[in-house]
Amino acid sequence: MGAFLQYTLQGLAAGGFYALAALGLAVIFGVLGVVNFSHGACYMLGAIVAAVLLDLTGLGFWAALPIIPVLLFGFGILIERLLVRWLLRLDPLYNFLLTFGLTLLLVDLVKRKYGVSSLPYELPAGLEGRLTVGSVSLSSYQLFVAIFSVVVCVAVWMLLTKTRIGMIVRAATEEPERTRALGINVGRWVTPVFGFGIALAGLAGVLAAPFRAITADMGSNFVIILFAVVVIGGLGSILGAVVAGFLVGLVEAYGQGYAGTFSQVLIFVLMAAVILVRPSGLFGREEAA
Amino acid sequence: MSEQLTATSHVETAASAAPENVRPWLRWAGYAVGLVIVLVLPWLIYPPVAMDIMAWGLFAISVDLLLGYTGLLSFGHAAFWGTSAYVTGLIAIESGLPFPVAVLGGALVAMLLAVPTGYLAVRRTGIYFAMVTLAFAQMLYFLANQASSITGGENGLQGIPKSFFGIELVETDSFYFYYAAIPLILLGVVAAWRIVHSPFGRVLLAIRDNPARARALGYDVERYKIVAFVLSAGLAGLAGGVFSVSHGFASLQELIWTTSGKVVLITVLGGIGTLWGGLVGAGVVVLMEDQLASSGFDGIGIITGSIFILIVLAFRAGLWGTARNLILKWRDKRRPHFGDD
Repeated sequence: MGAFLQYTLQGLAAGGFYALAALGLAVIFGVLGVVNFSHGACYMLGAIVAAVLLDLTGLGFWAALPIIPVLLFGFGILIERLLVRWLLRLDPLYNFLLTFGLTLLLVDLVKRKYGVSSLPYELPAGLEGRLTVGSVSLSSYQLFVAIFSVVVCVAVWMLLTKTRIGMIVRAATEEPERTRALGINVGRWVTPVFGFGIALAGLAGVLAAPFRAITADMGSNFVIILFAVVVIGGLGSILGAVVAGFLVGLVEAYGQGYAGTFSQVLIFVLMAAVILVRPSGLFGREEAA
Repeated sequence: MSEQLTATSHVETAASAAPENVRPWLRWAGYAVGLVIVLVLPWLIYPPVAMDIMAWGLFAISVDLLLGYTGLLSFGHAAFWGTSAYVTGLIAIESGLPFPVAVLGGALVAMLLAVPTGYLAVRRTGIYFAMVTLAFAQMLYFLANQASSITGGENGLQGIPKSFFGIELVETDSFYFYYAAIPLILLGVVAAWRIVHSPFGRVLLAIRDNPARARALGYDVERYKIVAFVLSAGLAGLAGGVFSVSHGFASLQELIWTTSGKVVLITVLGGIGTLWGGLVGAGVVVLMEDQLASSGFDGIGIITGSIFILIVLAFRAGLWGTARNLILKWRDKRRPHFGDD
């Protein structure tokens, strides 16, 4: 029972992180209809930039946490303006392929510059310890990541549902023609939303820096797991991405506890089961064939 | 949301449901020229590279069969190429049978694997199909990595023999091996051509252009898609088997997501819905990678990634598609037009 509780706690902590990382993917898809393959590469950039800034300027974790999402917001704006926008009117497969090409480019550029071995990064000051209650224990950093991720997810949800900006963005997603007819410049919101999604990927990268290996390839496998997350949750659904993020975190933790090395496979088994029962995902709307 | 009975937006493909307007003799002359090029290829370039081009070419054709002719982008085709690479290798090592038998066995297992994968994947279309196939391929990659007692894990499966009825020249000389293996590739190419130009292939085009209408006409759309997926997996398996025998080993590289991406790149570069474009695209990409590798450049992804971005942005018809469009334009200019000019 103690072990089960321990795995559940670890799964929830990991799940918050998956939810945060998948959130950006879901927001970008919801508004632009783009499946951003380079989400993993942007996550990797977040972690790499954090490590490089620490090495060059001594900029610590707490400063990197707000700065890097801003940098990646700018990067996202650039990508959207230069590349993604030209294909928005075409089949979404083209932007999928475009961002795949971008991923190859970014990963190999980083590999050439910083090599393949992992860059060093330390746990932020104040979060080095472990918290133990009875038979379960969690590192304080894990707990911080989980709570922080949940706070960000709630904040994004509030932003999208409770503010005027969120209302415009949601209206532009669901009824672009009618929103335009009401005198709202839909195109103006596309670029910042893309930047925002990329910034969320960067934020996940900074959070990952102290507890994952920082390499050029760190996002490659990660983005495929994120795809499984959004397929399970229903692509484009913010709530779906968050719930599925927690589900995947739990499955992975139980898998690591009980099935050893096959835990990663279990995520895809879960995805297969969801597709079998609900092809459009847990919170997805039916798609037109 | 209800299904639309009008055509929906699609990937730009050169494959059209309209009858092709090319003179028969010209078409057969084209096939003859193509065959001659395939047969003299190992005289012109290093034979193992020629073999790679043909294997990747067939692999790209298998992807095009789905993307260009059925409207499904599989981003996990490495699963079938890689599975066959391993199974072919295991059969060849364990049984010592001639390699064409091993390759056919590998292709068969790839098709068997495609049945459940296809069954699940065709429940989604468009971009979802790409993500689901990618995820399943990644799952297979994990499994192969874990099952290292069978697959050799990180080291891969080494020492796959080129047994060929005791003919030593084929087993040791890559030049002769090319001619022993090319019938397998041509078998796959002809099969793809046959599928595309059959009543079954016309139904696939109908499903691609308008699934709702195809369903209204009484076709079981999902079943047709699954069959197309399985056939495509068989072709990918044929190519993957030849590839692993040619190299003498099968590694995790054969199953990884970049392999799925590379074959899509080759397909798009050649031209979606052109079938032959896959062979042209494979020629360009394989030769380029060979040049870059021998010049000691270690950032191949920088080049292939940039090419990917460029063709998707500005060159979506691909090499074969662009050439065909130019020829058709030139021919239309020479012919007198009536009425609508």
